[in-house]
Formats: sequence, C-alpha cells, structure tokens
Amino acid sequence: MMRFLLLFSRQGKLRLQKWFTAMTDREKKKIIREMTTIVLARQPRSCNFLQWKDLKIIYKRYASLYFCLGVENQENELLALEVIHRYVELLDKYFGNVCELDIIFNFEKAYFILDEFLMGGEIQETSKQIVNRAIESSDMLQEDDHSEWYEVELFGP
Amino acid sequence: MSDVVEKTLTALPSLLSLDSQPGSAKLSTNSKLGNLIRGITELTSKHEEEKLIQRELLSIKEQVSSPNTTMRQMKELMVRTIYCEMLGYQASFSYIHAIKLAQQGNVLEKRVGYLAVSLFLDESHELLLLLVNTVLKDLQSTNLIEVCMALTVVSQMFPKDMIPAILPLVEEKLSHSKEIIRRKAVLALYKFYLIAPNQVQHIHNKFRKALCDKDPGVMSASLHIYLQLIQENPEGYKDLTVSFVTILKQVVAGKLPMDFNYHCVPAPWLQIHLLRILSLLGKNDQSTSEIMYEILDESLRRAEMNHNITYAILYECVKCIYTIHPKSDLLEKAAKCIGNFVLSSRINLKYLGLKALTYVVQQDPKLVLQHQMTIIECLDHPDLIIKRETLELLFRITNAQNVTVIVEKMLDFLRVSKDDHTTIDLVGKVAELAEKYATDNEWFIETMNTVFSVGGDMMQPDIPNSFLKLLLDGFDSVEEDRKLRLFAVNSYISLLQGEPSRLPQRFLQVISWVLGEYSHLNGDLEPDVVLRLLAKLLDMKSSSSETKSWVLMAMTKLCSGGAALSVAREVSETYGSSMDTMLRQRAQELQHLSQDSQLQTRVLPQSSSQEAVEVDSSLSFLDWFVSEALAAGAAPYKPPHQRQEEMSRSKALSLEPYGLSLPISMSSCSVADRQSPTLLSMSSGLSGDSTELSHKGSSTTLKLDGVKRVWGREGYLAQREPEEEAAQVETPAPLQSPSQQGDKDSSHSQAPTPTQTPESEQEKQQLASSLFVGLASQSSASLMGKSEQTSQRFRRKARSPDKSLSSSEQLTNPLGSPSSGADNLLLDCSISSELVSAPEQTHLQSLDLTAANSACDAPDGDTKGRKTLSRDDSVSAADVTPHEDPDRPKDLRLASYLPAELSGLSGLPHSEITLVCSNQSLDLSACHVQKDDSLEFVVFIKNSSDTSVHQVQVQVSCEELEVSCVCDSPAEELKSHSVTVCQYRLTVKRPSVYFELAGVVHYQLPAGSLQTEQFSHKLPLKSFIRPLAVSTEDYGTMWLAFSHDTKQNLPLLSDEQEPLTATLNVLKKKLQLHVVEIIGKEGIVACCLRPDQPCLLHCREHAGMLAVWLRSPVPDLPDCLLYHCQRALRER
Repeated sequence: MMRFLLLFSRQGKLRLQKWFTAMTDREKKKIIREMTTIVLARQPRSCNFLQWKDLKIIYKRYASLYFCLGVENQENELLALEVIHRYVELLDKYFGNVCELDIIFNFEKAYFILDEFLMGGEIQETSKQIVNRAIESSDMLQEDDHSEWYEVELFGP
Repeated sequence: MSDVVEKTLTALPSLLSLDSQPGSAKLSTNSKLGNLIRGITELTSKHEEEKLIQRELLSIKEQVSSPNTTMRQMKELMVRTIYCEMLGYQASFSYIHAIKLAQQGNVLEKRVGYLAVSLFLDESHELLLLLVNTVLKDLQSTNLIEVCMALTVVSQMFPKDMIPAILPLVEEKLSHSKEIIRRKAVLALYKFYLIAPNQVQHIHNKFRKALCDKDPGVMSASLHIYLQLIQENPEGYKDLTVSFVTILKQVVAGKLPMDFNYHCVPAPWLQIHLLRILSLLGKNDQSTSEIMYEILDESLRRAEMNHNITYAILYECVKCIYTIHPKSDLLEKAAKCIGNFVLSSRINLKYLGLKALTYVVQQDPKLVLQHQMTIIECLDHPDLIIKRETLELLFRITNAQNVTVIVEKMLDFLRVSKDDHTTIDLVGKVAELAEKYATDNEWFIETMNTVFSVGGDMMQPDIPNSFLKLLLDGFDSVEEDRKLRLFAVNSYISLLQGEPSRLPQRFLQVISWVLGEYSHLNGDLEPDVVLRLLAKLLDMKSSSSETKSWVLMAMTKLCSGGAALSVAREVSETYGSSMDTMLRQRAQELQHLSQDSQLQTRVLPQSSSQEAVEVDSSLSFLDWFVSEALAAGAAPYKPPHQRQEEMSRSKALSLEPYGLSLPISMSSCSVADRQSPTLLSMSSGLSGDSTELSHKGSSTTLKLDGVKRVWGREGYLAQREPEEEAAQVETPAPLQSPSQQGDKDSSHSQAPTPTQTPESEQEKQQLASSLFVGLASQSSASLMGKSEQTSQRFRRKARSPDKSLSSSEQLTNPLGSPSSGADNLLLDCSISSELVSAPEQTHLQSLDLTAANSACDAPDGDTKGRKTLSRDDSVSAADVTPHEDPDRPKDLRLASYLPAELSGLSGLPHSEITLVCSNQSLDLSACHVQKDDSLEFVVFIKNSSDTSVHQVQVQVSCEELEVSCVCDSPAEELKSHSVTVCQYRLTVKRPSVYFELAGVVHYQLPAGSLQTEQFSHKLPLKSFIRPLAVSTEDYGTMWLAFSHDTKQNLPLLSDEQEPLTATLNVLKKKLQLHVVEIIGKEGIVACCLRPDQPCLLHCREHAGMLAVWLRSPVPDLPDCLLYHCQRALRER
C-alpha cells in the first residue's frame, strides 16, 4: 500500500501532498522536511529507491519537479516507479505538455486526477482514457446542469 | 514517453512568457490565486512570504465568514486556502467552511469542498462528524458523480466510529450497475477493512462476489482485500488458488481489453497483485504450489521486453518462486533472472538484484558466490544506497570466519553515513555480529567501542544493556571472563584519559558502570585514579544528569579507603546540594558509604554481581509501614493509570451510564478502601492496594519477577553443560579450502574487467576470498542465519525471555541496573533504618511460598488412589455424558477414566476427548471439564504398546494460565494397554483469545531408555467464562471501578421477535454469560473468569446492530471476550 505522494520543486517547495493513511500535522511536516532534504541531496543518475524507516521511498525527477512516493515494505519498487510515471502521463494528457506551472496554478486539478487514479493508497484505474474521461466530464459540469448527458459521457450509455 | 515529458518540462522557461496553448494548460493568469502565487515567487525572503500569507489569510477569513459570499466565491477562496496550507500555514478557521462547501455547493463546488476537507482534516478530527450527513446524502444521490465523490472521500478519511452509519449504503453500491461505482465501493470497503476489520466481517461473501465481477476493474480492486485477508490467514483461502491462477493465465495471455494495457504489457498491476497472492498461498504448501508452477513459468517467459514494467513483473515472479515450495527448474530460471538484475548496468535493477540476493541467500548461498565480484564492486559503489544494500546482504552471510572483514566494512559505512535511521539499524547489526561471532576480546571490545561512539545516543537502548549483561553474566570460563573485563577496564581508562567530552552519554554510562564493577581487576590501578577520572566526567558541561548519576553510582562502589576518600568527599559535598533530587540521593549514598566501610561491603559486596540477587519486588517488608499509615488516615495507594483516569474523568462531563447518581471520585475511592485492609492482612505478596498493579505491572513497574528465576543458580547450570559440549564438538570449517574454492568460482562466473590493473584486481580477489570464506563449503553453508548453529565465542549462559523488557529499563533507571539488588537495599536504608529485618522477611516469605506449593502437591496420592479404583472398563458409557462425537468409541472408553468428581455423576459435561500426541508406545488424549470455579484439564495416558512403561511423568504449562496439578505423577508402572489420568486445575493469569497449553511427557521404556514426548492443546477463552450473578446496583458500582474497556458493534439477530433478548440469549447459551437485566433497548450482562476477574457488558440496540461496551479490571479481557461474542453470533 502507498502511504504518501509528495511533489516538490528543485528548491524544495511543496507542490502537492497526498496522504493515504491518517497522520498528524506534525508527522506530515516532519516527513516533508526529511523527504525534501534526502531526495534533493541525491546525486543524478543514482538509484531511485531509498529505505526510510520502515518505508520504501521511490522518487523520480521530471524536469524541475520531484515526485516522491512512500510505500510499504512489501511493495514492488519498480512498479511504484511506474505509478509515478503513469501519473505524469495522466497529467500530461490532461494539461497537454504538462509543466510545473500547470501544477502550481491548477493544483486542485492535479488532485482530482490523482483521486481518480489512486484510491485509499492503492491503484484504482490505470487506463489513461478512463481517468481522463472521468475528470473532463466532471469539469464540464455547469451550475444549472441537469447532469444527464455527461453521465452518459462518463459512464458509457 | 518519459522523454517527451521531460523535454516539455525543460522547455518551461519559454512557456512563462507565452500564453498557454489552446485547449491545454489552463493557466489562470489573472485569477486571485494566480496573483497570490506570482506574489510569492517575487519575494526574496521567508519573512516577507510569511507576512504576505498572513495578510492573505486574514482577507480570506473575512470573506468566508461574510454571509454575502456565494458558494462560487467560496470555492475560489477554498482553493487559495489549500495553497496557503500547502505552504505550511495553518488556516483552521476555514475547516468548517470546507465542510459547508461540501454540503451545500453544487457538484463542482462540492468537489473542491471535499478536496479541501480531505487535505485539511485527518481521521480523528472532530469536525469530521459534521461530514457524515453530507456523505450519507451524497451516497444516496441519483447523481453518479456525487456518489463517486462521496466514495472517494470515504476512502480517504472517515471517522472509524461512524463507519456503521454508512456501511449499508456502501455495501449496497457493490451491486450498482455502473462498474466505476462498484470499483470505488470495493476500494472503500478495503479501506474500512484496514482501519476497522471487525466492521466488515459480515460481508466477506460479498467480497467473493466482487472477485467474480464481470468487470476486470472491479475484480482487480477486490484483490486488495484478498491480499490482506490471505496475508492474515492463508489457510482460509487455499480454495481460491485455482481461480487466481486462472485469472493470471488469462491476463498473461492478453485476454483483457486494451484499456488495461500499460506500455503494451497486459495489466501489470493486476499481474503483480496476483503473483503476491500466489506466493502467500503457496508458501510451505507443496500441493498448492504445484498448481501455480506452470503459470509462473509462463510469466517468466512472457516478460521479456526491455521495459521497467516487465522487470517489475519478473522481480515479483522471482520472489514468488523462492517463496513457494521449491521446484528446481523454476529456481534455475529465477536464479538466472536475479543474475541479470545484479549484472545490469541500470542502477535500479542492480539494487533490486542485491535485494533479491539478500532474500534468497539462505536458500541458495551458491548464487551469492557466483556474483561475488559484483558484490565487491557494489561495496565501493558511489551511491550509498547500493552500498547499504550490499552490507545488508553481507550481514546475512556473516560467519565466524569473515566477521572481521564484514564488520569493518560496516563500520566504514557508519563513519560516512549521515542518515540517522540507517545508523541506528546498522549499529544494531554490528553489535549483534560482534557478540555472535567475536574472535577475541580485544576485537570485541574495540568494535563495541566504535559502536558506542558512532551509535551515540541514537542507538537502541538494548545494545548497551545486553553488552553490560554479557560482561556481567560471563561465559563458560572464569578466566576468560576476567580477561574480557580487564581488557574493557583498560580500554576505558585510556579513553577517559583522552577526550571523554567527545563520547556520547550512553557510552559514558557504560564506561562508568564497567569501571565501578570491574576496575579492581586491574591490580595496578589505584581506586583514586579511577575516581578522579570519573570525577572529571561530572565536571563536564555536556554530561547529562542521568550520566552523572551513573558516575556517582560507580564512585560509590569504588570509594574504599585511602586517597579515594578525599575525592569522594569532595564530590559528595558538591552534589549533596544539587537541585536534582536523584543526584542528591546518589551523593548522599556516596557520602555515607564512603565513611562506613563495613556498611559498604555489606551493601555492595564485590562478588554480588556473580550471584543471583534476591529481590522482593512486592516490597512486602513495607507492609507494616503502609498499614500504619492507612490506620493513621492516609489515602490508599492508587496506581498511576487509575489516578490519571480519575483526573480525566472528573474534568470531563460524565456521559457514562450507571454513574449518574454517584460522585465519581468518591465511588472508586470507596472501592479501593473496601479492598485494602483485607488484602493487606491476607497476603504479604500484594502490598498496599496494588491489585491493579499486579495486573498491569509489566508497564508501570520494574519487572523483576522473572529475573530471579531465569538467572538463578539452578537455572543456568542446567543449560550450561549441554552448551559446553556443543562448543567442544563444533570445529571451525577449514580456513584454506573454502577460500580457494571461492576464487575458483569467481573466475568461472566472471571474466576480470579489462580496464582494471592486475593489482587492484588481485586486491578484490583477496577481499572476495575473505568475505565469502566459509560460504562455499557445504558444511558451513548451514552456518548462516540461525545463531544456534554457529560456534559462538560469547555464549550466554541462559537467555532470559523477557530480556529486552527488563533490560530496557536499566538505562532509563539506574536503580534497576544489574546490581539493583544492592541499590534497593540502599534505598531502604535511606527510607528506614530497618535494613537488617528486610532481607529476612523476604526470605521468610519465599519459604512460605514454597511450602504452599508443596502443600498443593501433597494430596495427590489420595485422589489418585481413588481414581485407579474407579478405573474400570466395565463402567458403561451411559454413565458419562458423551458430549460430542458419539461415533468414536475410543473417546467413550477414555471418558470412563474421568476422575469420579468430574464424571457424569456430578452432571458436569466434559469436552470432546482429543488425541494430542501419539507414538508407538503412548497415546495421549486430553479434554477439559468446566467446573463452577475452575477449569479441570485432564490428560489420559494410554499405553498402546505390548510392554509396560515406567516412570510416566507429565508436565503441563502455559504462559497465560496458572496450572496447578490436582493429580500428577501417575503410576510407577503403566501396564500394556492400560490408562492413567492426570488432572490439572487451570485458572487464567492473563486473558488471551486462545490458550496454548504446552506439555511434556517423560517415560521410561523397559529397555531403560528415557523418552520424552511433547504435546500441545488449545483451549478457547470461552471455556473459562462463568456467569457472574450480580444485582443491577452492584453492576453500576463495578462498572465505574473498571478501567479497561472496549466498544464494538455486533450483528443483531434482527429476524427474531425481540432481537435484543434473542441475541443476548444466544450469548448466554454459548458463552455462559449472565444476563443481569434487560430494559427496553438496553441490556446488561456480566461474567467472570475467576471471581476477581469479572467482565461487564453493556449492550444496546442501535441502528440494526448491537452496540456492545465491555469493561473489566483485567487488561485484554474485554477484547478477548468480544472476539468470542462475535464468533458466537456468527456461528449461530
């Protein structure tokens, strides 16, 4: 099971945080601090996996943005790396050539995408098409909409 | 794909100036959030940022509380608040508004509201209760998007106690027509299972339906639950193996829709999930493993593409193959796979290769040998992570021959590593290896010195503790002990003469203790020299007061005569007026003892450490003091937890039932009052009112009960001899041959790298031979892993089962350090002057106890006589109440051997007689009989051979139970095909769901050889439960006095006329509970294990469930009882 996902910039600025298990604010802050220091100190071209306390940390850098995933010990590291990659692909598909600024200015969208992709610390849906369809159709809602047609769009006829 | 993304991301600066491309990045350049973000990026200092955010938050606060703010504006405000929180600024004022937004907004706004809630609050936040209604409403909504959102938020965070409220609605969604809803519902239930497994127990069959769902997405979601369930109980799901294999087959063959593909690989997540489940099912189970061999082979074959995701599958396959029952050709393929990982130029794969090697090394040490050169290279890898993993691997292959090299590598790593967690972990491993395989004293002490200096104050406290214990207990030879201790003393003296201020506190404490105990071993060392060195530690600013107190204790042991006295006087004067009471106490002791050498030799005899210290942990010698104080009107003692509870209770409003009319603190006080005088006069074993203490003792007091027994003279002598023999028999594997073989192997498997100079290559070869020595030879391959098999130099005399517990207290409390007996006496001295009487009393008490024990054994002969008389094969089976399995004649025949008082005449039913152990000469069966006040456990020993056996003796024990024998040591001679019976009375010491009785039977065959056979028998807690008849008033008083409680919802038998009564009746019948009273929708029930181990249940009908609240003075009893209630209701 995944425990948390953090996105932070090269300067150590947090861009997105997702916690899959209950944690106090204090613990969260501590983890964020430790993760940014540890991950940012890593040399380029070194191993993407770390052991931290009883967790496996899997991180990957995409341009200026670091994706850092904390998983439980029995999880598969390579698979976790692909979880990160699939998330990037999903962001890319939604934003079209995603860049850090997209995520800064539309972080709530990044969260919505993540919620369709992962749920309760596990993979929920791996298909790019389906995740995207779910996000876009709820994006298109209008306030006075009577939610008939998009349901067809989202869930199939 | 990743390259494309990375390229775009690097083009980022140019994007800044451009407007976003159409239809893509929706940069809200002129929104308020945009302004805020830009504002922040323009700032240069943290301070300015703080000011800006505070201003922003202030304006947000104003707006959200204004009644004119529309939901749409609220949504925008909430997004900004989320941003501020992400930067680390608290905006707790907005939490309630986030909930409001989720409640009142339209779908778009609701989405932001839910997001804000899930980011702001955690499971235990009280505001979450306000969300329950919103979630309920949305779950029932006709708008599917709202249902999705509700399910998402529920799986993200939901108060545990409120799960029952929404559970039926989520369950209902399992049969929803849309697959996305079913999938989310399954995942939500998975989450519930993780945080509150009891709540979803009743829907296990629905999980099966989800597993068979026609949609692969729903099916794969249900695998999360199954993985969890199978992890907990692999036996219960073996029947599903075939289904899982079939699913995997279909996936691997590409039968799933394209949607599930990931980079052309069919559903990798699903595949890996299934592989993990299979490895759990196939572990230690040959027949189940056989079902999966084919598909594992297929998976290995299919995963050939050069992509990360295929490697992920391969890795999981390999792990599975090594976990399940081995099959040679699969193992071969898996080993090749690991080889590819290890040799890969990709660092991630190399890392996993090392991990895999670590995982398989115990099964397949040869594989490590094949890759030894790669491992050597990894040891010098620039990436610390790789190095660290290599050390982990080496740790697993350490033996007596390579320990020096490996420990050296580990210490090298420790010196450069900056990560605390790694340091703590590795320091522990070095200490373990050093103790296990130490080659000589010098090396051991020096290694431990490095461990203490590097590990510092971070390391686990049990490392210094077990080190001291090792010094204290010594080994097989007195001379060796002396040498080791002497070496430690000398080494520490030279450390203290250097720069002691650099040493960590823990190390200083170890040094002080060792010098205090053993510096007399060095005849050349004057005590005053040691004292001066120690005094220097006291003057150091960096020394903590804990360290100082260790130092003072050491000085107290050393301050005899001569020049030492003046140092002692000086020190005790300085610290005699210290503000720290502990230090003051120690200084006083130092002063008194240094002046009275007679007292000192009595209190701190130099040889004391060699002998087991008798400790009266109950402090019974203070009973007179307590009773006098009580008589003089002092308040009775209450253990800390009780005090704390009362404090918290009196602060909060009393919301508990039964307590309305009583002032709470008064009532529990009176309970304690009532108990105290009787307890005091009756038993000296429990002094004061510490009945609670004796239950809870483990956590609040020094646990010294076990110490005496384990370290007692007889205790270790008994174990010592066989160990000595073992040490003599074991001979170290030949040094030369394995290393040569190792070299040969390496040259086989790997060609030397051409770029390297021959010398460095030679160096590596050398290193390899020293690292992998002992691995190649067949005999020593088995040396790995298990410590028992190794030839240890530092062989402990005996291992105390609660070593960690007792020792962990040693560092935090110098009072409990190994010479604690002496310290306690010392304490007594300062409390009362009755020093002389105390030990005597202790002694008397222990005598009494043994007398009582033998008294308990005495009447055996009598009962036995009676029983052998009644043993008659002609007694008809009708006499006894055959409880179960009437078609097993063997049982019936055995039942006739039941002791008269237990057999059918008295109407006591006995449980089914089960065979617990059987060999060619003896058949042992057992059953239990429930008596009103106890449980009688009966063992039937039947001689099934044709010759008679002699000296049959049975011993039964259980950690959680008190076993007293009613009738033991049966016949001197057991004739062929005759039966004898042993009877034991069992009472509960510590509740547990099941009690595992362990038994041993000794007997002598006619040939004269002594035989031993072990058996075990499992008893449920259920058998110990007795009804407790109390009145409602008494119930109320008791309820308030009990401190351990637990709450849970149980299924209600709702199909009955009166569900509550029906449910309680089931419990009454199955568990023998006593139903005290049923009033409307509430019922109170009571039971007990022994009269002094009651448990009360308060049951309430609520929302179609039975809300049960259990309370008891006995820890764990409510939880264990609850388990049986659940089972009873489920099995109905």
